[in-house]
Amino acid sequence: MSLRPDRRMVLGGAAASAALVASPRGLAQGPDPMAKTIPSSGEKIPAVGLGTWITFNVGEDAGLREDCVGVMRAFFEAGGRMIDSSPMYGSAQAVVGHGLKALGPGAPVFSAEKVWTSSDGPAQIEETRRRWGVRRFDLLQVHNLLSWEKHLETLQAMKQSGRARYIGITTSEGRRHRDIEKIVVERPLDFLQLTYNPVDREAEQRLLPLAKERGVAVIVNRPFRQGDLTQALEGEDLPGFAAEIGAKSWAQLILKFIVSHPAVTCAIPATTSVDHVRENLAAVSGAMPDEAMREKIAERLADA
Amino acid sequence: MSEWWTYRPSDFLMFSPRVYERLIETHNMALWPWQLVALGVVLAALGLAWAKRPADGRYALAGFGLGLVWVAWSFLWGRYAGINWVAAYAAPAFLIEGLGLVALAVLSKEPLLPLRREPASILAAVLVLFAAFAYPLAAPLTGQPWRASEVAGVMPDPSALATLGLVALVRSRAAVLALTPVPLLWSLYAAMTLRTLGAAEAWPMAGGIALFLAAAAARMLGKRRTFGH
Ligand SMILES: NC(=O)c1ccc[n+]([C@@H]2O[C@H](COP(=O)([O-])OP(=O)(O)OC[C@H]3O[C@@H](n4cnc5c(N)ncnc54)[C@H](OP(=O)(O)O)[C@@H]3O)[C@@H](O)[C@H]2O)c1
Repeated sequence: MSLRPDRRMVLGGAAASAALVASPRGLAQGPDPMAKTIPSSGEKIPAVGLGTWITFNVGEDAGLREDCVGVMRAFFEAGGRMIDSSPMYGSAQAVVGHGLKALGPGAPVFSAEKVWTSSDGPAQIEETRRRWGVRRFDLLQVHNLLSWEKHLETLQAMKQSGRARYIGITTSEGRRHRDIEKIVVERPLDFLQLTYNPVDREAEQRLLPLAKERGVAVIVNRPFRQGDLTQALEGEDLPGFAAEIGAKSWAQLILKFIVSHPAVTCAIPATTSVDHVRENLAAVSGAMPDEAMREKIAERLADA
Repeated sequence: MSEWWTYRPSDFLMFSPRVYERLIETHNMALWPWQLVALGVVLAALGLAWAKRPADGRYALAGFGLGLVWVAWSFLWGRYAGINWVAAYAAPAFLIEGLGLVALAVLSKEPLLPLRREPASILAAVLVLFAAFAYPLAAPLTGQPWRASEVAGVMPDPSALATLGLVALVRSRAAVLALTPVPLLWSLYAAMTLRTLGAAEAWPMAGGIALFLAAAAARMLGKRRTFGH
């Protein structure tokens, strides 16, 4: 039997990461991350994913690409699944593709991608698929509502023909919430992505309750305000109540706040660090804050 | 763009300082020792620009033009576009600018104004010298390794500043107008990017832009004064 070279390469990668293939959590320590339900299907998904904006845009730099593979490996080992990227993120898509190839088939990835163009959506999605090296996407989202009507039609057709399992839209930093509201009401969506954290709480007013009511899963971007929050809090002592819910860092406290909102399905912090990715996944196991504790967290962070 | 007022410069920065620094260092290491050749070309071009024979300015323009074409191809397109889509648009712009300088060199017999002891002329010359010889020192002076040093003819930022200096000396006003936007817009974009990255080069970049604006203003005022006499 002769193998085509690319196939052999894939198998080589698989052998190298046999532990990951056999059991994604083979090397993991600690309990499974909490899983939340995608309302439109009932499928469960770990409540912390991985963002790629800036952190995975490392171009052709071989050393930094290997660092990203390390982050992805640790992410899967810790029980993570959803990786979010976009054609807007430079080389990030290709770097995710590189990581998936290096880790070999069997990586339990839940691919969340976007379409972001005012012209040919299908062509862009196909290019994105090529970069990831996947057969189809788990989730396709219209990035920042750019040309959303046209793209939603494309995504709907792709979902019908099995080329995408779920579809959705994204925004961030509180932009265009009125438009989002309208789309969530009028169109059949599986996912909505927006910014939410103890400091940016606008989504609590209308969008989160609406998503809950309409059965739309919510992905939370910018959990740490692109690192501004974690940086501002660096070196500050954690409040005493953090220990009650097992939060060992500010990042964990913030993630516990976010995913304990009943409408939130998955938060997607980005990181370049293996330690941070483990810390982030570990945040969503064990005790979660109740409503009173959530208010305490928000109060403490209000002046961060 | 919708709700554009809610965006800050940092919202457009799509790579980290670490990735950018490594990109520059990798490029420098791949090209070494051509940086020295690039410095030599700038020096020769300057010498030609102010040689006694006015036609020699043509060689200076052609040398700068080819330098820009090289920067467009090797750095902007070949490396930077991989992490920053703005560079994918800047590459053809630098290419056109470079070809424009070459075209001016070919078509015009005396493309540059002779160097005089006048503010406009001196400011323009200082800008070229500053871009070529002071800008590369910014990295080592701020504690970075020499391989982080940015040289005109290799990296776009000092190349754009040096080009602005040369363009300020172009005789034809129409040519000045046509050749200013690309290096000026790039310089402004670079200054903003460097500032957002927290890079020390943001200051020499801003200084270079200020020198160009001063040279342009001095030239306009000088012209008016000549008309007044
Ligand atoms: N409109 C949209 O569709 C949209 C908009 C924005 C974002 N997004 C998506 O959402 C993702 C997340 O947002 P974001 O990347 O802007 O910001 P973010 O996740 O809030 O913050 C990322 C930063 O947080 C730091 N960090 C991560 N884990 C940490 C920890 N445990 N402790 C301390 N610091 C930690 C990282 O630094 P280290 O590398 O040092 O860990 C990184 O610089 C994006 O990557 C992207 O996929 C989508």
